[in-house]
Amino acid sequence: MQKGCDPAGGAGRFGLSPGPFVAKNKAFSRKRSGAEGAERAFADQYFGDLDVAHAHTDTEEPTRRDFLYIATGAVTAVGVGAAIWPFIDQMNPDASVQALASIEVDISAIEVGQSLTVMWRGKPVFIRHRTEAEIAEAEAVPMSDLPDPLARNANLPESDPATDTNRAHAQGEAKPEWLLMIGVCTHLGCVPIGESGEYDGWFCPCHGSHYDTAGRIRKGPAPRNLDIPEYEFVSDTLVRVG
Amino acid sequence: MSGQSTYHFKNPAVRWLDSRLPIISAMKVNALDFPTPKNLNYFWTFGGILTLFLGIQIVTGLVLAMHYTAHVDQAFNSVEEIMRDVNYGWLMRYMHANGASFFFIAVYIHIFRGLYYGSYKAPRELLWMIGVVILLIMMATAFMGYVLPWGQMSFWGATVITNLFSAIPLVGEPIVQWLWGGFAVGNPTLNRFYALHFLLPFVLAAVVFLHIWALHVPGNNNPTGVEVKSNKDTVPFHPYYTVKDFLAVIVFLIVYAAFVFYLPNYLGHTDNYIPADPLVTPAHIVPEWYFLPFYAILRAIPDKLGGVIAMFASIGILFLLPWLDTSKVRSAAFRPLYRQFFWILVLVCFGLGYLGSQPAEGGYVIASQILTAYYFLHFLVILPLLGLFEKTKPLPGSISESVLSKDKGGGPTDGGGGTVAAAAASAPEKRG
Repeated sequence: MQKGCDPAGGAGRFGLSPGPFVAKNKAFSRKRSGAEGAERAFADQYFGDLDVAHAHTDTEEPTRRDFLYIATGAVTAVGVGAAIWPFIDQMNPDASVQALASIEVDISAIEVGQSLTVMWRGKPVFIRHRTEAEIAEAEAVPMSDLPDPLARNANLPESDPATDTNRAHAQGEAKPEWLLMIGVCTHLGCVPIGESGEYDGWFCPCHGSHYDTAGRIRKGPAPRNLDIPEYEFVSDTLVRVG
Repeated sequence: MSGQSTYHFKNPAVRWLDSRLPIISAMKVNALDFPTPKNLNYFWTFGGILTLFLGIQIVTGLVLAMHYTAHVDQAFNSVEEIMRDVNYGWLMRYMHANGASFFFIAVYIHIFRGLYYGSYKAPRELLWMIGVVILLIMMATAFMGYVLPWGQMSFWGATVITNLFSAIPLVGEPIVQWLWGGFAVGNPTLNRFYALHFLLPFVLAAVVFLHIWALHVPGNNNPTGVEVKSNKDTVPFHPYYTVKDFLAVIVFLIVYAAFVFYLPNYLGHTDNYIPADPLVTPAHIVPEWYFLPFYAILRAIPDKLGGVIAMFASIGILFLLPWLDTSKVRSAAFRPLYRQFFWILVLVCFGLGYLGSQPAEGGYVIASQILTAYYFLHFLVILPLLGLFEKTKPLPGSISESVLSKDKGGGPTDGGGGTVAAAAASAPEKRG
C-alpha cells in the first residue's frame, strides 16, 4: 500500500515533479491528469469499489478523503502539542525547588522595633516586631486611603480587607506585634528598605513605592500590598513559614 | 540564490564546484559585483560594522564560555578568574563587554540613518521589519549576557526585567515562575540564561542573513532616496564599498579599542563588581546604557501594566513605521519639516536616555512623561500628518544627476533639490 500511496498523493499535494510515477499512475488514472488525476488514481485503486471516491467532485460533500486529511492534521496537531509540552514544562520550578517549602524561625531574639530577614523559597521574608506606635499608626489609617483594599494574606480568605489586624494575622490567630511579609516589592521585585519612606514603613528604592507600617502600598507604582506568606506560631518563640 | 550561473570561470575546479553548488557565483553576484548606488555616505557603512561586531561577539563569547561557570556559587568568581588568571582573559572579557556597547552604538546609528533617509519605505518595509526583529533579539541577548557575571546589577536587573511579565493579567505570575524555574531569580534562571545567551547570537546570524537577503532584492536606498534608474547610478560593491566599509571599520575599531584598553569599565556599572545578594537591592538600579531610554519610558507611566505596555510599544511601533509615514518622499534631505522633527526625535531619545539614568522621582518623572508622550506623538501623529501637509523640495532626476551637480559645485552639501535639477539641466551632456 505504501508503494502506491506515497508517490501519488505526495506528488499531487506538494507540487513535486511527478517523475517516474506518472507512468505508473496513468494505468489507474484513465482519462484524468495532473494532481487530481494522481489522487483519483489512488482513490480508484483502493476505494473504487466503495463508490465513495466516485461521488467526489470539487464542490460536493466532504468525502472520505477530506475526512482522512482533516483527521490526520488533527492527530498531528495533538501529537506535536504533546511533544512540545515537556520542553516547555521543564522550565517550571523543579522538585528540589518546591521541596524547600517551609522553614522554622526562632523569633525570641527579635526585640520590639527590630526586624529579621530570612530566606524562604529564594525570597526574603521580613519578620518585624512592631512598636506600639507603628501598630497605632497602621490602625488609624482609614480604609479609603488604601490603593489596594485587600489583605493579601495567605492565612485569610482572599476577599478579606486590608485592616491592620488582617495584615498581622497568622494561621488561626492575630498577633498585631508581629508582622511577617514577603520582602519583594509588588512592582518589579526589588527588596524594599525597612523603616523608611513617607509612611514610616518600607520604601522601594528601585521605582519609589512607599509602604506603611502594615506593609500596605500607599504611594508609587506598585499595584498590591506586600504579600503575606502562610505562617503559624508553633510556640511563642517559634514561627513556621510556609 | 537561484537559477543557473551566468558566470564562466576559467579555473576548472571552481567551474566544477559552481556548476554543482553555485556558491562562488552567488558570492560574486551578492558581494563583489552587487550594483550599489554610487552616492552612499559613511552612514551606510554601519551595516558592515554591525556584521563585524556580531562576529567579534561570537568569537570572544566562545572563548569566555570555555572559562565561565554558570552556577550561582561560582559564576562571579569564574568571571574574576577570567580577569586575573586566564591568559588574555581580561582582554576577551573587555572586548566582549564593550563589544556589546559598540554593537548597540552601531545599531542605533544604523536605525537613525534608516529613519533619516526613509529606508523603511516601500519596497523595503520587510527589510526594515526584519531589522526591528534583529534589534529585539539583540536586546534579549544583551540582557541575558549581563546577568551572567552574577553581580548585584546582574541579579537585580534580571529580577526587574523578568518581573515585567508579572504585569500580564492572570497568567503573569505563572509565566514569571516559568521564566525563573523557581520562586525567585536563582540558579535555574542563571543556567537557562547562559544557554540562551549562547544560542541567540546564532539565531541573530540567521536573521541577519534574511536581512541582507531582503536588502539585496530592492538594493540599497541612498542619500537622495531616489531609486536606481540605470547602470550609471551604481558602482560594483567591490572594490568601491568594500574599501569604504573597511575605512569606516578601522575608524570605528580605533574608538572601540580606546574603550577596551583605556576605559574598559566606563560603560558598565560599579555595583556589578559586588557579588549578587538576593536580600539587598542596590539603592539605585539602572540597566546598561543602551536600555536607558526604554527604562525611562517604563518608569514614566505610573501604572505597572501600562508602563510595561508603553515600553514594548516603543519598539513595536517601529514595525508600523512604514505605514505611519505617509510621505512619498524618502530622504529627509528633501523634507525640510521632517528633517527638523527627526532631530527633535534624536534629542528626545537622548533625553529619555538621560532620564532613565536618574532616580524615578519629582521632576525626572514629569520630564520622562513629557518625552515619552512626544516619542509616541512623533510616530502616531506627526509622521502621518507631515506626509499630507509638508511641501517637499524637488527631487533630482536620478542619483547620477545629483552626484554630477555636486561635482560642478552646483548645490549645497546635502544635494538640495532645486539647484541639483537646475545644474543637471544646464549640463545635459553630462547626464549621458
